[in-house]
Amino acid sequence: MSILSLQNVVKRYDNHVAVDNVSFEMRKGRIFGLLGPNGAGKTSLIRMITSITRADQGQILIDGEPLNDHHPTQIGYLPEERGLYKKMKVGDQLLYLAQLKGLSAKDARTKLNYWLEKFEITDWWGKKIEELSKGMQQKVQFITTVVHEPKLMILDEPFSGLDPLNTNLIKDEIYNLNKQGTSIIFSTHRMEQVEEICQDIVLMNQGKIVLDGEVSAIKDSYKEHKFEITFDGTFPEDIREEGFKIIEDNDKSMIIQVQEGHNSNDLLLSLINKGIEIKAYKEILPSLNEIFIKKVEESNE
Amino acid sequence: MSKINLIIGREYWTRVKSKTFLLTTFLAPIAIVVVYGVLIFLMTRGSDDEKKLVIVDHAGLTQDLKLNKGNLVFSIAEVELDELLEQYKDKAFDGIIELPPLDSAQKSYNIIYHSDDQLALDESETIKSIFRKRIRNFKVRAFGIDQEQLKLIDTDIGLEPQTILEKDKKISSMTSVVSAVIGGVLGFMLFMVILIFGQQVMRGVNEEKLNRIVEVIISSVKPFELMLGKVIGVGLVGITQFVIWFLLLFIISAIAMPFLGLESNAGELMSNEVTQEIMKDQGFQDTMMKIMTELGGMNWAMIIPLSLFYFIIGYLLYASLFAALGAAVGDDVNEAQSLVMIVTLPLMAGLYIGMAAVQAPNSTLAIWSSIFPLTAPVVMPIRLPNDPALWQIGLSIVSCLLFSLFMVWLAARIYRVGILMYGKKASFKELGKWVFYKG
Repeated sequence: MSILSLQNVVKRYDNHVAVDNVSFEMRKGRIFGLLGPNGAGKTSLIRMITSITRADQGQILIDGEPLNDHHPTQIGYLPEERGLYKKMKVGDQLLYLAQLKGLSAKDARTKLNYWLEKFEITDWWGKKIEELSKGMQQKVQFITTVVHEPKLMILDEPFSGLDPLNTNLIKDEIYNLNKQGTSIIFSTHRMEQVEEICQDIVLMNQGKIVLDGEVSAIKDSYKEHKFEITFDGTFPEDIREEGFKIIEDNDKSMIIQVQEGHNSNDLLLSLINKGIEIKAYKEILPSLNEIFIKKVEESNE
Repeated sequence: MSKINLIIGREYWTRVKSKTFLLTTFLAPIAIVVVYGVLIFLMTRGSDDEKKLVIVDHAGLTQDLKLNKGNLVFSIAEVELDELLEQYKDKAFDGIIELPPLDSAQKSYNIIYHSDDQLALDESETIKSIFRKRIRNFKVRAFGIDQEQLKLIDTDIGLEPQTILEKDKKISSMTSVVSAVIGGVLGFMLFMVILIFGQQVMRGVNEEKLNRIVEVIISSVKPFELMLGKVIGVGLVGITQFVIWFLLLFIISAIAMPFLGLESNAGELMSNEVTQEIMKDQGFQDTMMKIMTELGGMNWAMIIPLSLFYFIIGYLLYASLFAALGAAVGDDVNEAQSLVMIVTLPLMAGLYIGMAAVQAPNSTLAIWSSIFPLTAPVVMPIRLPNDPALWQIGLSIVSCLLFSLFMVWLAARIYRVGILMYGKKASFKELGKWVFYKG
């Protein structure tokens, strides 16, 4: 079952197509990475999902239903460009935004208390936003995104401007919410974060999807059959003739590519047979970063 | 609907609770009253330093002269002018008033004041008025005119209008004056309110755009709801402020007026004497009576609700436009200012036409600009006390309603695109394009 389903969605501005016939499915309860270089159309896409703008063509379904007026209360959105009313007090602001998301004043207060206690910031209630540091404001903003217990959360660069401590705090909360069943769209440029957090990804470039699928499957399909070997003894140079290519030679550790017609066991066997002692053996998978750059460059051509 | 209430609530309460609101609402009227109080006090009080003046009379005008007048202390010279001029350096007196010989055929008469110090304006007026009266009496006697006949020479002229066909309509000579004052005040107030609070809406919208909170909010509510909520919220702040001002001014003047009145009665002062003289005048009391009856006779049942209508419509129309501008411009102040100028222009035109309409409420220009929706909110209230024809009021209401609905719609279209648009210069051509953007 898909929490979010896009079918041939198109969004045009003035004289360029920001989102060009995009379709994908996002499975319920997953953490989903929305990737792409600047100007790829991620923000335009997110704005359509959050009902800020409407698609020119195509359909967006949330939990099987076409986008309607009730959906904004089921979505939590943390935009990349953060903003709060600077002169307003933290408590008033949180209450206001929570009520705009459809909570009653009483519910909002209970749920806000839970989050403020969780982040140990209950004493901020009467402070004005402008008195808080940037990192503190981010925490407040994060609470506004989650307080109404959305089914679908959209986080645009949620860790930008956070110190490592707060990054971990927010990351843990993202995992927590995901465990409780919240589906999360995570938009970022930071590939190491995507690799760490996301289960599925969509890669966009120039308004189109260039790559789509499970992170592990994608990495698998882009693997180049490279293996890193750490060993003791003299390296048998004649292994080249058997269909293995040495990519990197670092004395006691090497990266070897297995050519067509062989597999990793063949490499291991022939190395053992040549009498060297294997200390470690591991497949080198391409990083998402490499795949990202490769795919974007390909689609730009 | 409950969301728009939330937005109105936020816009209203954050403003009403702010320090600026408290300051402008409570301190402004107090400041105005204090400034006026001090001004009136200073003006009526004049200088209280005693001024000793010696009169050298060659005209025979000083028989039975009261020797004190305000701060002026007169004495009649017992020696010649030359000797007095010699004595001046002893500082026993402040100056010498020389009255040259007077002939009844003289049309003008110059009193000479010998002193190194200038007389204050009210002092010289006092001196002139004393001798004007005495010279008049002197001439009346010289010409042998009877005092009683003299009083009858001047006649008070009134011009009383009488209706011919509209017999029920009560009018008097004061109708046009009272109507002009009420209309002028109404029109000016509407102009100020629309301008001040319209610009507040613009600043509020622009702030939301620049600190980017708008993206979070319009992922929860429709841009139109946010815009309308802000316009209504700020409008309510304006109404609140005016209600408080009226109450405060009423209370303060109720407390201050008797005090000021007493203060000015206590001193025997020239300006006050003038008013007292007018008060004694039968004509003045008549005028007051007429003004009161005119005020009572105004068609308040029409003026008040219609003024309110024009306030709401005018504010809605212009505040929406200001909201669209706030959404369209970025943080470039110059860009904002030139656009504000263009939006304010019809309003300013309305005020100028309105001020002319105070004089001639039924001129063609006044009639049509009280129907044209961009100027009507200012011009029509100015014309209201003059009972404009019903078809004009009706046409004006309809055109205002339709046009303001259209403008709110148009503003919402621009607003919706503008608040998410960064780094694009908001030209009119660009704004025009935004209107036709989809979704």
